[in-house]
Formats: sequence, structure tokens, C-alpha cells
Amino acid sequence: MRRAFLIAIPYVWLLALFLVPFFIVLKISLSDIALAIPPYTPTLDFSQGWAGIKDFFSQLDFENFIWLTEDDLYWKAYLSSVKIAVISTFFTLLVGYPIAYGMARAPVEWRPTLMMLVILPFWTSFLIRVYAWMGILSNEGYLNQLLLWTGIISTPLTILNTQTAVYIGIVYTYLPFMILPIYSALERMDESLIEAAEDLGCSRVQAFWLVTIPLSRPGIIAGCFLVMIPVIGEFVIPSLLGGSGTLMIGKVLWEEFFSNRDWPVASAVAVVLLLILVIPIVLFQRNQQKQTEAEQ
Amino acid sequence: MNRLSWFNAVSLTLGFAFLYIPMIILIIFSFNESKLVTVWAGFSTKWYGELAQNEAFLDAAWVTIRVAVFSSTLATVLGTAAAYVLVRGGRFFGRTLFSGMIYAPLVMPEVITGLSLLLLFIGIGLDRGILTIVLAHTTFSMCFVSVVVSSRLVTFDQSLEEAALDLGCSPAQAFRLVTLPIIAPAVISGWLLAFTLSLDDLVIASFTSGPSATTLPIKIFSAVRLGVSPEINALSTLMIAVVTVGVITASLVTKRAMMRQKQDEMAAARTE
Repeated sequence: MRRAFLIAIPYVWLLALFLVPFFIVLKISLSDIALAIPPYTPTLDFSQGWAGIKDFFSQLDFENFIWLTEDDLYWKAYLSSVKIAVISTFFTLLVGYPIAYGMARAPVEWRPTLMMLVILPFWTSFLIRVYAWMGILSNEGYLNQLLLWTGIISTPLTILNTQTAVYIGIVYTYLPFMILPIYSALERMDESLIEAAEDLGCSRVQAFWLVTIPLSRPGIIAGCFLVMIPVIGEFVIPSLLGGSGTLMIGKVLWEEFFSNRDWPVASAVAVVLLLILVIPIVLFQRNQQKQTEAEQ
Repeated sequence: MNRLSWFNAVSLTLGFAFLYIPMIILIIFSFNESKLVTVWAGFSTKWYGELAQNEAFLDAAWVTIRVAVFSSTLATVLGTAAAYVLVRGGRFFGRTLFSGMIYAPLVMPEVITGLSLLLLFIGIGLDRGILTIVLAHTTFSMCFVSVVVSSRLVTFDQSLEEAALDLGCSPAQAFRLVTLPIIAPAVISGWLLAFTLSLDDLVIASFTSGPSATTLPIKIFSAVRLGVSPEINALSTLMIAVVTVGVITASLVTKRAMMRQKQDEMAAARTE
């Protein structure tokens, strides 16, 4: 009895505030925009009984989804979001893996401090970390000042408000999400396996590719999912660093909702985004569950 | 291999430089005399003074702190319960769905979570304000708490709980007297994580807040859109300082708790 109660509380909470809202989004994506409060039609009216419900369903249609396929903006935004997410995940892995590797091979007594140094930026406001790059990358920014001063360039580079700035911002802010799972996989690894590989004639590089990388794979997979999935729907980074030239679906959804006040289209954008993300999210959850069970 | 190879030393140095230099620059230029943030014109603390007089920021900060305290506390209770159910609950109807609902919010783009919660609140006729932000923040941060707590729950020796039950504890007593003290460091860091997630959140708060409740990130975002300003640098510096102190305290507390636990275990091993 008590056990059922304990299960029910978080379960019901998540059902009500996580799962049910998705169905509401789905329903509104099938509605039409209206000049009313709330700004869509039809609204469900139970007071008219069965006729009201039937009437409600008959008014739902896929118009908004057809609209999404007709206007170039949307599919271009989806495509460019996925592209940006894939490329920036790759770069985050490239930057993050050596750091995680260095941490896992550092003397044991340093590790808690190194760990804290990675976690600290992760706990600092996301917004502040993105904002910090606005000052660095702008035309009069610190990076251009440094490059001009050293004589590497003679005219300032335009980085802010380009896709390059978006990539830098993503790698920077999502780096801890990549480092931590890889580090925890590498730290658990038995170092004598490397010695064994080397004894058996592997070079250090071979031992790294054949032993270290495969053993850290669960960490790499978790890190890549943790970066890629949220980046596809990222809003803050493209809107602060990307300028008008960067098209990402999170920004489109935001503008559809807050600027155009077109809630049905915003909902349709969200539904399609969710469909794109369902497979990676399920794979991510499987990966996590498998790891938890392996630890048990 | 106890020494750091040159490759590892270089990658750690470069990595941490990349992580920290942007924030250090931000902090340095919050003490800049000039309004032009990119040109150094001498040391000054005047932007902090201006910040202290900015009513709009202070109001927003107060709203943000209240939301963070309520939502992180609620999220810790719900998240710990969820972790316990997930790790110790055994099989029950809809377990896969449950674990999916715990992991999905970790990676769900914030624009989707924000939009869906807003539509829910409007659907049930709840006025947008502090309450709706608290509900929204609790929902996504409880999942983070539950991941942190469950990673501690899986590693600790379940026979301790069984021993307590054998010795006549009720399940609730066993949880309170045995399980909770052991997972306490994880519960505390879960609370801190939920707290900072709530302090930090811009997107979900923008969707779920009404005109009566503006949080600090919403204020910062609208100011930052216009460009870099020394006042925002000063505010950022203060926020970085609070987080730094918090994280260092938390890690010292955890370290001490873990050392004490290790001592206890060693003492127990000796008496066996």
C-alpha cells in the first residue's frame, strides 16, 4: 500500500506535467489560429455533451502541418538545426575527450579538484556563459583586439552573428555534458588492460584505439546524446550569437509563439521537432538504463 | 602511471583555459570604469553601485530566488522518491514509461517543455505567475535530482537496509534511519543542482511566467539582446561568485561526509 503510494506520487506528477502537456500541444497543432483568448479554435466545450465533442473533433485538421511543408523556412530550419547539432557535437567530442582522458589519468588526489573545475562552469548560468562570448567575438571584441595587436590580422574578423560563433558557443556551453560521462567511463577502466595490450605488442596509439576507445564507448554515446538532442532545439545560443543569418528551429518556434502569436503553428513546429527527437531520446534512455543495470 | 604525461598536461591546461578565460574576462571588465566594455579605462566598482539601485533587477532577483527555493525543495522530495522507486521499486505496471519520463526531460529541448507546460496551464485556467514557474521548474529539475540520487542508490549496499528490516524497523524507519543518511550527500547535491537549474532557466520561465512575475534570466536576456553592458557584467560576476561559493561548500561537505563514512566502514571492519 505504502509502496503504491510512493510510486504514484512522482508518477502522477510526471504524467500530469510532462506527458499530458504533449497531447495538448498535439491537439493545438491541429487547431486554427483565432483572434480570441486563448488564441486558437476550436476549444473543447463539454457543456454541449456529445455533440460538442463531435463538433470539436470535426474542426481539427492538418492544415498547420501542410503549411510547414509549403513554406521553405521550416524545413530549412529543421535541416540546419540538425546539421549544426551534428557538427557541434563532433567538435565537442573532439575538445572534450582529451580533457576527460587527462582527468582520468591525473593523479588520484587531483581528480576531485579537476572534477569540481569542470562542474563549476556547468553550474554557472548558461545565459552568462553565452553572454561572455558576445564580448569576446564582436568586431571590437577581445579576440579581435588580441589578433590585431599581435599583427596576425590587419582588419577585424566578423565572427559574432555568424554560424562560427554559434559553434563556439555550443562547444563551450555543452562541454561539461561531454566531459563528465566520458570521464566516468574512463575512470572506471582498469589500466592494466592497457599494459596487457602493450605487452602483447600494441603500440600506445593502437592500444588507445583498440582498448581505451571501445571501453569508453558508453560514456561517448551518453555525452553525444546529452549534447546533440538539446542542441537541435537550442534557442539562447543562436539568438545571442547567431544573428539573423542563423536559422534554427528553436528560434523559429520562439518567434512563431512570441512575435507572431501563432500558437497552432508553434505547436505544429514542436510536434515535428519531437518526432525528429523521439528516436534519439529513446536510444539515449536505453543507453542510460543499460548502464544503470550494469552498475547494479 | 602516477605522473601526468605531457600530452595530458597540455590537454588539461588548454581545456581549462578554454573553460575559464571567457568568465575571467567577464569578471575583469565588470570593474571597468568605462561604459565601453571592450576598452579598459581604470578600476571602478561603480557598476555594482548602479546595480544595487536598479529596482527592476532587484525585484526580478527576489522572484527568481523564491521560485528556486520552492521548486528545488519540491523537486528534491519528488526526485528522491522517483529514484527510490526506480532503483528499489522492483517491477510495476508502466515502469518503462516511468523511467522514460525521468530521462526524457534531461535532453528535451526547453522550447518544447516550455510551450507544452504553458498550453497545459492555459488549458486548465491557471493564471501565469510564480506558481506556474515553480510547477514547471519542479517538473524538469526533479528528473535531474532523481538521476543524481539513483546513481548513489545503486552503489550502496542493500544488505544494510535488509539488516535494519530484520532488526525490526518498519520500511519507513529503515529509510529514515539507514538509507537517508547514506544517500544524504547525493540528496543535497541534487537540491543544489535543482536550485541552480531554476536560477538559470530562461526559456521555460519565459513561457510559463506572466506579467506579474519576471525572473532574473528574463531580465538579463532582454538587456543582453541590445549588446554587452558593464552592468550586466557586474550582475554576472555576482552570480558567478554565488555559484562558486556554493559549489565549493557543497564539495567540501560531500568530501567530509564520504571520509566519515569511510572511517565508519573501517571501524566496522575492525570490529567484525
